[in-house]
Amino acid sequence: MNWAVIIPLLLFIILIFIIGFWANRSIRLSKKDFMQEYFLGGRELGGFILAMTMMATYGSASSFIGGPGVAYTEGLAWVLLAMTQVVTGYFVLTVLGKKFAIKAREYKAVTLTDYLRTRYQSHVVALLAAVSIIIFLFSAMAAQWVGGARLIETVTGIPYTSALFIFAASVLIYVIIGGFRAVALTDAVQGSVMFVGTLILLIATVIAGGGVEEIMQGLTRENPNLITPFGADLTLTPAYVSSFWILVGVAVVGLPQVTLRAMSYKSSKAMHRAIIIGTVVVGFVMLNMHLIGVFARPILPGIEVGDKVMPLIALEVLPGWIAGLVLAAPMAAIMSTVDSLLLLVSSAFVKDIYVTYLKPDASERQVKRMSFGVTAVLGIFVFLMALQPPDLLIWLNLFAFGGLEATFIWPVVLGLYWQKGNKYGAISSMLTGILSYVIVDQFFNQPLGVHSVVLPVLFSFIVYVLVSAGTTQNYTTPVTNPTR
Amino acid sequence: MDKHDERFKVANREALIGVGLALINFLWWFGFAYGLGSKPPEEYSYIFGLPAWFFMSCVGGFILMSVLVIFVVNVYFTDVPLEAKDEDIE
Repeated sequence: MNWAVIIPLLLFIILIFIIGFWANRSIRLSKKDFMQEYFLGGRELGGFILAMTMMATYGSASSFIGGPGVAYTEGLAWVLLAMTQVVTGYFVLTVLGKKFAIKAREYKAVTLTDYLRTRYQSHVVALLAAVSIIIFLFSAMAAQWVGGARLIETVTGIPYTSALFIFAASVLIYVIIGGFRAVALTDAVQGSVMFVGTLILLIATVIAGGGVEEIMQGLTRENPNLITPFGADLTLTPAYVSSFWILVGVAVVGLPQVTLRAMSYKSSKAMHRAIIIGTVVVGFVMLNMHLIGVFARPILPGIEVGDKVMPLIALEVLPGWIAGLVLAAPMAAIMSTVDSLLLLVSSAFVKDIYVTYLKPDASERQVKRMSFGVTAVLGIFVFLMALQPPDLLIWLNLFAFGGLEATFIWPVVLGLYWQKGNKYGAISSMLTGILSYVIVDQFFNQPLGVHSVVLPVLFSFIVYVLVSAGTTQNYTTPVTNPTR
Repeated sequence: MDKHDERFKVANREALIGVGLALINFLWWFGFAYGLGSKPPEEYSYIFGLPAWFFMSCVGGFILMSVLVIFVVNVYFTDVPLEAKDEDIE
């Protein structure tokens, strides 16, 4: 075992715990409604934390471990593709914007499902939303846990099962006790670790490679395609790369873990700061992290498994203890995604199903016990799944990201800005989005040369508009949520 | 309702600004990447050691967007209260 790497990782985990306990204290001391506190941090996020938790939640294992690995294989074209994510830094918060934050407060919405239920006054919309959140985000979360455990295994040499246990235990403890506030605060720490970690590693990699020019020459000698925008085998077409503007760019507006954050900030000032910080941080981290993957190639040629590029290059170009600090970055990326998903799935059970439908008169104590309990049970369940991931779960995870985008984007965005959008439009748009995504992905691989998510997003838009325009919904008096 | 609330006017304008920023971002990104990157690699020119298409599209594009976002937010974005005003509660 490599203690020089393990000790900084341990210190990082301890710091995360301290934050969890601190957040727990502020939940217990707070006079506000428990569910708002636990699932939304009392809507008190400031600009820096908001920007960081958005970036960290979104920059998951796939982009942090997988991304540099693919960049290693494909060259600069993959960095170009990754830079489509800069848009998320400002787009989500400007487009959902103040209107979403104001409406969410007005509706007293604690979850995205709450928002949709009140906006459309429809239980079908709410149940569809809650069920898709539970199914897809649960699978996505389990897949991330596998990634987290693999990373610990690669870096420290601890066997997979023990690594999974360490990972699960650390995440579960701070999420259960600290709720959303702990998730957001730890995300801020984790985001900062990602920011600093990638910067240190990029600089060290450039130095080890003898400067940028030297590295570019090395790449050109090996395969000139590596420095073109078309990928190592010239297979990345402009249409395909551009379609990532939808998948990881603008359509991120529809992801429940992202929309939730757009209702959690304290004031419009916080939102302004978050837009600026978010844009700079997302762009900086994405650029650096993927460049590391490309630059690693001339230094460490012949790495077969893409996921190992990041750990191996860190161990190669940095002294052990700094490598440990830097490798806390991908670990941070995975943790910060998983913690948000865990809490979101838990809120879907507790708030969207238990409190809204099963026991509307539940006392504060019962809700508390349910919240801690459900989060814990979910965590243990994911742990068991990740020990030996079933095929169904892996299959569902493939659809999680694009599927949720195609499901939620129009009911959320058009529901916000188009008065005439109604529940019939929302229901048919959600069903169209998800079903067409599964069909397109399974039977037509990359139709028209674009990523499978593009057409379903288009279909669900057309359906939403046509059905809403063709039907009229009679709203009764505005329904407010049961609050406590 | 919606139409009488001044805050939503502000919000609508800012949402459109967001869409506009994304369009500029996309055109810059696409234009430089495929405009400069489509010739054979031997003919590439380099900026700070990186191929010009990559530098302009990814590094330059990122810097441009950061500057634009900072400018737009500071100049055009307006502070509004987020809590419901008393007279709005039905």
